Amino acid sequence: MSSPDSRGRFGNFGGRFVPEALMPACLELESAFVEAWNDPTFVDEYQRVLREFAGRPTPVTHLERLSERLGINLYAKREDLAHTGSHKINNVIGQTLLTQRMGKHRVIAETGAGQHGVATATAAARLGLECTVYMGEVDTVRQSLNVFRMELLGATVVPVTAGSRTLKDAVNEAMREWVACVDDTHYCLGSVMGPHPFPWMVREFQSIIGREALGQMRDLGVDPPDLVVACVGGGSNAAGIFAGFANSSARLVGIEAAGGAAVAGGSPGVLHGMQSLLIQDEFGQIEEAHSISAGLDYPGIGPEHAHLAEIGRAEYHPIGDEDVLDALALLSEMEGIIPALESAHAVAWIAREAGHGIPKGSSVLLNLSGRGDKDVAQVRAMLRGES
Amino acid sequence: MKSLESQLRGLRDAGRKALVPYFMGGLTPDWTRHVEAAVHAGADAVEIGVPFSDPMMDGVVIQGAALRALAAGTTLDSICADLERLSTSVPLVAMTYYNVFLHYGLERSAGKLQASGISGAIVPDLTIEEADGWRAACRDHDVATVFLVAPSTPPDRIRLIGAATEGFAYASARMAVTGGSSGEGAGERVVRQVRDVSTVPTYIGIGIGTPDQARAAALVSDGVIVGSALVQVILDGGGASEVEGFVRSFREAIDGPRA
Repeated sequence: MSSPDSRGRFGNFGGRFVPEALMPACLELESAFVEAWNDPTFVDEYQRVLREFAGRPTPVTHLERLSERLGINLYAKREDLAHTGSHKINNVIGQTLLTQRMGKHRVIAETGAGQHGVATATAAARLGLECTVYMGEVDTVRQSLNVFRMELLGATVVPVTAGSRTLKDAVNEAMREWVACVDDTHYCLGSVMGPHPFPWMVREFQSIIGREALGQMRDLGVDPPDLVVACVGGGSNAAGIFAGFANSSARLVGIEAAGGAAVAGGSPGVLHGMQSLLIQDEFGQIEEAHSISAGLDYPGIGPEHAHLAEIGRAEYHPIGDEDVLDALALLSEMEGIIPALESAHAVAWIAREAGHGIPKGSSVLLNLSGRGDKDVAQVRAMLRGES
Repeated sequence: MKSLESQLRGLRDAGRKALVPYFMGGLTPDWTRHVEAAVHAGADAVEIGVPFSDPMMDGVVIQGAALRALAAGTTLDSICADLERLSTSVPLVAMTYYNVFLHYGLERSAGKLQASGISGAIVPDLTIEEADGWRAACRDHDVATVFLVAPSTPPDRIRLIGAATEGFAYASARMAVTGGSSGEGAGERVVRQVRDVSTVPTYIGIGIGTPDQARAAALVSDGVIVGSALVQVILDGGGASEVEGFVRSFREAIDGPRA
């Protein structure tokens, strides 16, 4: 995938729509990132930490029983095996190293499911950075164990009571807080969204997923797979794995939660510092996303995904909550892997489309972005009909 | 020059410090009466908030007001319709987020504002780099685009913003969202930096919550903007007379003891 233009645009999407108070920080971050990303010392350190601390490279697993059931050749890139249980660690290792390099001693972050919050708290603890995480009050209840994890890691978790009290409002609150503390604090944004350079920088930090997977699939003799499939909220795990295959013939498929499907049901707009596709009403008021998974409960999508959709390089499909629990059970029972509810969206689409939208015999690479440990209490309650 | 700027320059030339209160459009059914009360009490221009679901630059007070106005069905159209019953001669300036105008249509928004007697717009998430489309839409309409300058804005950007802003420059006194009144404030320095590069009137806002703060800010600038503290009065149930009393207390503080 290509770099954005000088204004941070991917085609018609991206840019920088922030309060003037944050512009110097965005510009500083852009130049710091460009400098660091071209500095072999920084890149070596980033890769060393991912290797020695975060457990990279993560393996690719051939899902043999499920492949046989579905009549396709299904492989999973195992981001669920990365430290803290999801791909989120890749980004935060990069951003916390950058925070240190910029001479800042504190990070703030937003979180939905808690994965990014836990990852940020983890990476901050490793470097001795102060860490405050903004989390919608609704999500602090849905993911109370992750709140405790963050606190164990020394972070402060601030429940956000504004608006819909979910991820979208956590981003608003983190942005507001950043205005007040931008001198000594880096906003460690968790997805390929927000003002330039975040969508680009986060994609670059996540592109290690795609680079590893490309080589691993080659080693398996699948070069390239016919499809690469990933779930999309803001879209960081998808951007990371797509980055490895954008120049190949692979079909790139992003799966959104039906209740937050910015490509299928959204329109162009500006939110959280970026121009992208958003779920909004006829007056441009942002609507609340509704999903079984807190991590996909986001009414927008990263601007590069909006661009990839517009130019037809990637396709995006919605999956409803009802299919997600079945998919989670399917992967658990047949492959011994309990996926995160977010990742289960991608599994659900593959299971539904195998033999239909996915021709029989296709090779499919699934980005298994996170593990389901965080979700088991919620899943148990839902399976018992308690919520 | 847009008429907002000639009016506000005229005010400055006459030696009057501008007092600019903020109201959230549609916050109460009789919100335009609050505007009239403020003008009666000595407001020189009025900011009218058009509510947005995700007000990134606003603190809890204006967030709450925006949600309440939205719940009451407020839209850009409804605010403009309400303005038909407002009789005032002071300039009106809309304040909202870019998505509201973008979704309504930039050209259509500018036309709508002008037709409703609104002569300026403050769009706090629209940076000078992204503003070309909006400014082009305003070219044929008498709508001035007001930009903010923050304490963090470096000199080279202040130069660009000073050249781009129309009507006045909005000098943020603090690194904070609206309603943030803690800390010393850097309003005086920001105003001085704008004046170094531009002759546009420069008003201080963000964290002007008391008459004393307004007085101090007016001494070093061309005017003051008061938002959250006033909106809080209305959220607490205050009506036109409370608004009038509030604005009058700021007016008197700014003008100082009569000679």
